[in-house]
Amino acid sequence: MRQIAIYGKGGIGKSTTTQNTVAGLSEAGYRCMIVGCDPKADATRLILHKKAQATVMDMARERGAVEELEIEDVLLTGFKDIKCAESGGPEPGVGCAGRGVITAINFLEENGAYSDDLDFVFYDVLGDVVCGGFAMPIREGKAKEIYIVTSGEMMAMYAANNISRGILKYAQSGGVRLGGLICNSRKTDKEYELISELAKRLNTQMIHFIPRDNQVQRAELRRMTVIEYSPEHPQADEYRALAKKIAENRNLVIPTPLNMDELEQLLMDFGIMDNEEAAA
Amino acid sequence: MSTAIKDTQKMIEEVLDAYPEKTKKDRAKHLAANDPSGQCGSCQVKSNVKSRPGVMTVRGCAYAGAKGVVWGPVKDQITISHGPIGCGQYSWWSRRNYYNGKTGIDTFGTMHITTDFQEKDIVYGGDKGLYAAIHELKELFPLAKGIGILSECPVGLIGDDIEAVAKKTAKELGIPVVPVRCEGFRGVSQSLGHHIANDTIRDYVLGKGKMEQETPYDVALIGDYNIGGDAWASRKMLEEMGLRVIAQWTGDASINEMGIANKAKVNLIHCYRSMNYICRHMEETYGIPWVEFNFFGPTKIYQSIRKIASYFDDKIKENAEKIIEKYKPMMDSVIEHFKPRLEGKKVMLYVGGLRPRHTIGAYEDLGMEVVASGYEFGHNDDYKRTYPDMKEGAVIMDDATLYELEEFTRRLRPDMVGSGIKEKYSYHKMGVPFRQMHSWDYSGPYHGFDGFAVFARDMDMTVNSPTWDLIRRKK
Repeated sequence: MRQIAIYGKGGIGKSTTTQNTVAGLSEAGYRCMIVGCDPKADATRLILHKKAQATVMDMARERGAVEELEIEDVLLTGFKDIKCAESGGPEPGVGCAGRGVITAINFLEENGAYSDDLDFVFYDVLGDVVCGGFAMPIREGKAKEIYIVTSGEMMAMYAANNISRGILKYAQSGGVRLGGLICNSRKTDKEYELISELAKRLNTQMIHFIPRDNQVQRAELRRMTVIEYSPEHPQADEYRALAKKIAENRNLVIPTPLNMDELEQLLMDFGIMDNEEAAA
Repeated sequence: MSTAIKDTQKMIEEVLDAYPEKTKKDRAKHLAANDPSGQCGSCQVKSNVKSRPGVMTVRGCAYAGAKGVVWGPVKDQITISHGPIGCGQYSWWSRRNYYNGKTGIDTFGTMHITTDFQEKDIVYGGDKGLYAAIHELKELFPLAKGIGILSECPVGLIGDDIEAVAKKTAKELGIPVVPVRCEGFRGVSQSLGHHIANDTIRDYVLGKGKMEQETPYDVALIGDYNIGGDAWASRKMLEEMGLRVIAQWTGDASINEMGIANKAKVNLIHCYRSMNYICRHMEETYGIPWVEFNFFGPTKIYQSIRKIASYFDDKIKENAEKIIEKYKPMMDSVIEHFKPRLEGKKVMLYVGGLRPRHTIGAYEDLGMEVVASGYEFGHNDDYKRTYPDMKEGAVIMDDATLYELEEFTRRLRPDMVGSGIKEKYSYHKMGVPFRQMHSWDYSGPYHGFDGFAVFARDMDMTVNSPTWDLIRRKK
């Protein structure tokens, strides 16, 4: 069983990318589970064809305690027998969502959600790793493999670099490795080259460049992955390609995060300033 | 420098020698030989800083200071320990703050109320449960005059908005609901908890009480927690002097008393450490002078009575002399009876609040000598008040470790040690006469004329009990 965590800046497309990739892996015959680690609980919507499922924490709150839950209550099955669980948690501004992730993952572990027949477990984690709770998926020998979703936008790259710093910490203590950057294209200038270079500087690879295509939105509106909604569409093949690369990826590294100056220099080297001046 | 100081310094160095270099350097700043004159620079101890890991400090936390000491004794308010069960359970009425009233009807001192956090409260926040608890409490106990929300650690971590809940419920129920941010990880000891609690009294209660009429003799008794009836013994004396005690903070206190102390003509403060903050506030805001006094043992009592009387007219001054005259024979007979049994006995103290210095006079009245004294959580101003009261070369300890206490005991050979529950049983095993001086070892009162008789009897009982010899002989 390979356990993989997907991180990246909020809104970058982690959940969409994860679900489409898992759909691709399942189509290829792998048995997969997705664990959503975000109180919004939208990490499994495209697989289950419905909005937020019954989450571990919501059910625990309803029943009074997490001990009152049965695994069947919260572990659902969707497209291509993909197993889905969501940690759930509070609305923004109250309580401790990080603790919710810890409690939920402990519950899933103790109750046998991680069965031996699984090939892949994917953790889809809240964009900002604001506290220890959101690092739970990469602690204590859970996910050993991390992919960061990014784009050529500066803030997404900042986030990717920051997440690499977090991985570095856990790489030294727990054996976590970075598997690569997934570029979810926003059609920024020289995006392919820029993310390839960022990946190189981080000691990793840009494992795949997903072009921007509105077919993703069309499928999402129907609560489906592209692979399920339009299997013949070229965008579906992009996710299949990413799934294949992840399945075959052996390039797992300890990242070498950049400092702020280096990161800004990188952006300048790729002529973002020049282009602006040319445009002006 | 005198030989007494030098000898003690040498002994302290020997005790410190067992420590690793860094610990030794750090702990050396917290132990000193006393210089009553205050001239010797190396005789000042460092205090109110973080305890050294591994030394097994007996300090408490901010919650202990706010809940256990200051807010807990207020009898007609309900104190909620907001968070998981442990903090409330283990601080459940452990200080014996006596009060008058019918528990569960109009007073709630010995009750234990908690929001009992579960995982779901951490994840989703405990504010909804808190809101429900407050309403439930007011329904169960309609005579409750206030509700205190005492934060445990997780509340600060998850950011529960207890201020918002307090504001809303106070309005709905028409009683003060006081949010106290006394999370245990704040500060270096219980001392910050006292300060935080003082600040909430100032912000939520003070000045909001009702008092029918004022008299020129109104005083507030501040920093007396009525342990074993202490505050009652003190109040009786003040009343006999012709003063009117309008508030007792916070032993046997009501919420209304907490709200009218600002009408006092003088604030009388016993435990300076835990309540100087509010006295300073009342001085600055209402112009109320405050006077530190000491009601342990006749010498200090006579001095204090005269000091307090000096703030009032001749009538009170005359009364002061009258009651001294009246009670002196009783005090003398106590001394006459017990002094021969205690004369020359050496005492070592390691306590909190006011006792490391305030009880010295009472021991001296009985012919005993305090050869070492220390504070768990004292500040510089406490030590400054202590140096002049102790003999040259006595040991001063700050945040002492169990090892240091044991070593000093071995070297100073005190006839009695007065400290807390955590030290009690190791001293029992050592066969050293011991008195639990936080809660008066289930006795009391020790304050005032009444208290001194009990104090003297208890010290005699402790020092001269044949039990200790039996323990030592067995060894």
